[in-house]
Amino acid sequence: MVGNASAALDVVIAELVDALGGERVITDRQRRRTYECDGLAAYRVVPGVVVLAQSADDVAASVRACARHAVPFVARGSGTGLSGGALPHSEGVLVVMSQMRTIREADVENQRAVVDPGVINLQLTAATSPDGYYFAPDPSSQSVCSIGGNVAENSGGAHCLKYGFTTNHVTGVDLVTPAGEQVEIGGKAPDPPGYDLLGALVGSEGTLGIVTAATVRLTRLPQEVRTLLAAFRSMDDAGAATSAIIAAGVIPAAIEMMDALAIEAAEAAVHCNYPAGAGAVLVVELDGPSPDVAGEFDDVVRLCEEAGSFEVRVAADDDERALIWKGRKSAFAAVGRISPDYIVQDGVIPRTALPLVLRQIAALGESAGVRVANVFHAGDGNLHPLVLFDGAVEGAVERAEAVAGGILDLCLEHGGSITGEHGVGADKAKHMPRMFTPDDLETMQAVRCAFDPEGISNPGKVFPTPRLCGEQPGRHRGAHPLAESGVAEVF
Amino acid sequence: MADLQRLEDTLKRDGGQVRDAGPEDAVDGVPATAVARPVSADGVAAVLRETTAQGLATVARGAGTALDWGAPPERVDLILDTTGLDRLVEHGSGDLVVVAEAGLPVATLAETVRAAGQELVVDLPPERLAAGSTVGGALSTGASGPRRLQRGGIRDLVLGATVVLADGTVASSGGKVVKNVAGYDLAKLLTGAYGTLGIVVRAAFRLHPVRPDRAFVVATGPSADVAARARGVVGSQLAPAAVELDRPVGSEVAEVAVLLEGTGGAVGQRAAAVVEILGGRVQGEPPEWWAALPGAEVSTGSTRGGGDVTYAKATATLTGVADLLAAAQDAEQRYGVGVALRGSAGGVLHAAVTGTPEATAAAVGHLRGAASSPREGTVTVLRASREVRAALDAWGPVGGLDLMRAIKSRLDPGRNVAPGRFVGGI
Repeated sequence: MVGNASAALDVVIAELVDALGGERVITDRQRRRTYECDGLAAYRVVPGVVVLAQSADDVAASVRACARHAVPFVARGSGTGLSGGALPHSEGVLVVMSQMRTIREADVENQRAVVDPGVINLQLTAATSPDGYYFAPDPSSQSVCSIGGNVAENSGGAHCLKYGFTTNHVTGVDLVTPAGEQVEIGGKAPDPPGYDLLGALVGSEGTLGIVTAATVRLTRLPQEVRTLLAAFRSMDDAGAATSAIIAAGVIPAAIEMMDALAIEAAEAAVHCNYPAGAGAVLVVELDGPSPDVAGEFDDVVRLCEEAGSFEVRVAADDDERALIWKGRKSAFAAVGRISPDYIVQDGVIPRTALPLVLRQIAALGESAGVRVANVFHAGDGNLHPLVLFDGAVEGAVERAEAVAGGILDLCLEHGGSITGEHGVGADKAKHMPRMFTPDDLETMQAVRCAFDPEGISNPGKVFPTPRLCGEQPGRHRGAHPLAESGVAEVF
Repeated sequence: MADLQRLEDTLKRDGGQVRDAGPEDAVDGVPATAVARPVSADGVAAVLRETTAQGLATVARGAGTALDWGAPPERVDLILDTTGLDRLVEHGSGDLVVVAEAGLPVATLAETVRAAGQELVVDLPPERLAAGSTVGGALSTGASGPRRLQRGGIRDLVLGATVVLADGTVASSGGKVVKNVAGYDLAKLLTGAYGTLGIVVRAAFRLHPVRPDRAFVVATGPSADVAARARGVVGSQLAPAAVELDRPVGSEVAEVAVLLEGTGGAVGQRAAAVVEILGGRVQGEPPEWWAALPGAEVSTGSTRGGGDVTYAKATATLTGVADLLAAAQDAEQRYGVGVALRGSAGGVLHAAVTGTPEATAAAVGHLRGAASSPREGTVTVLRASREVRAALDAWGPVGGLDLMRAIKSRLDPGRNVAPGRFVGGI
């Protein structure tokens, strides 16, 4: 098999060089190694060949070559993903999109922008904020991550509680299908006729083709933004404050929570000067028209104090706001200051289960002798526990992984999800059967087969087992259909 | 018609029923043979397994308030009445989430969540709401109302769905938490699919807290002028919950109504700021046309039998909304039709066209021409008589049609659910 696959790849490489020229096709092993992982460095695969795409035609030509010879391809943006979604294929083509980074059109009158997939998230906000607009999805990697990657992963961010995820902000794409055809879907107007292909594509993690342009919403900058930091003795108190804010009918732009260990790490790294002795802090941001924000902000301060906050700091200006956010946004990296290694977990629970689940996570860590720092989007129940370990200690990796897995079990027990924003990728494909039945997964795979009958678009991601699509999509019937299809369709 | 006895035996076990269809069960003029009313997802699965195995065509029906939207099905053997699946499965009020079965009337759902000070912001037309429009119907027709400007359409509110495919497979996607990126978001694919991919039996939605205060600002003026001022409000920092336009048949003027929602008296200040952009007056209640489909005044309810009013959905860019209003007036003058236009200045509107089939077809074409390309605006016919449908292309150009056909063919290879009802004959 390997021999055949290599031979097919060699043919594809020859065709790529022919179509794109040698400079944009990287075959040198050292240079290919640069792309061996994305933001989840635990998974590494050196790609068979790398293409530096500069246009939709480049992408289409590359994919067509792959389709002709049944060679897999993987698209990569900035490589900041945290689930191994852009993990290359050793016998496949890695299509690097980062050289396509032109904002083709910032149409503020129509509140839309048309961008290349390699355009950096924050680049679009920077370009449109002088006109009073911004791109709302704001993953913490927004200064480096690409909008194409946001589309693939349906990225969220701290402010998606109020403004939604990438899927709520994409109104059109140009798609190169896994057959290499270029298709225009949607545009600047909402609700294109037919099936909501955008709904299926956004968040499909590169398994349905490669997006070569995206039309996205531009959101009006709010008249007023107010941010506060509230310190609590315990996570329970901070959780109660969050519940009280939501119950009061306030929809903050963001509510972020950090526990004592995460605060300790952030202090060590960026000296954000959070209140001493805090068992938890909440960062709450309100935005909108000034009169509304003023009224609701007073309510939020009062609710925090009633829930036991011993110190509430209000950002007086943009600098102070930036300092409050600095601690939160640096938290992942900061954990490196207090632990040699760590796993960033991403799970979701119904927000009301927060206090209970946090206690359960603490108990889980304690019984395994593993420290867990908690940073999360409290408003929507999206947890980011940081499981700390020292890879040099024997058995530590396994213990940390067991705790990280146990946290996902807790999320599922409470009716939540195994990923809120980092995606399934290569990392969590194995967990999908814990959240979905075989029939659920089979149905998603059927949709995948509609786009990618050869199974060459980012294979090995999202789904735990590959599926041969077959020429005729014969559906299973009978009492035990999956046993049958398991035999018939899994190789 | 093939063997219904087995269907009946299966359904009886869990309380469902099968009966012969009557003339009132026809779908947009296409007669049905039988009606099954299961009361559970398993019952729906049993029905579809049986009907599909027999090669029959099944069409889902909720309250039937929009059953004549979309193309008429090629054939209907069985109507699958979803109103037996009417449980509100879960209302997580602290999590602002509701899970409901497909046959639950949206009005009933609204009443339940309202008790907790919450709402599902779909803003169905009042006439559909009053007639019992169901959760599954609202989802499958991709209902669009005024407040989608700020809160998004129903596709943005749906968190997960369970569908029964033609072969009886019961498949869920998404979940019941607001944030979730595990697996494909098939709930969006089912939204606005007119039941052609399978029968939705359950869905989870995001809720919003009811804003205690609200105010409307209403102004009238020449269409182009009103459209420009409405766009000024959409582009302001005043966070309008909705900006709705209404252009009656034969009118050179249009009305605009802006909804502001909020707390603590702040709404009044914003309403005053909107008046500065828009002119007009502040009022506590919406204009009577709010959220309703246009043209009710000319339809007289005769459309079901193939009357002369054609309903369409028109989309546009923000700047294109003014072009659409101008095209409506222009079409009236050129083709002798009546064109009522109503909807969001955010670019999703509904049109009611009255006229002969040929004139209606010409007018729909003219409205399509208001946008420079289908990516900037589309017009799709929702409801029309046979004669009008024969005279025009109901869907207009559809980007990605081959992919849509492929999806249909993978999920319903025998074309056993709602055949012919959707784009490109899907």
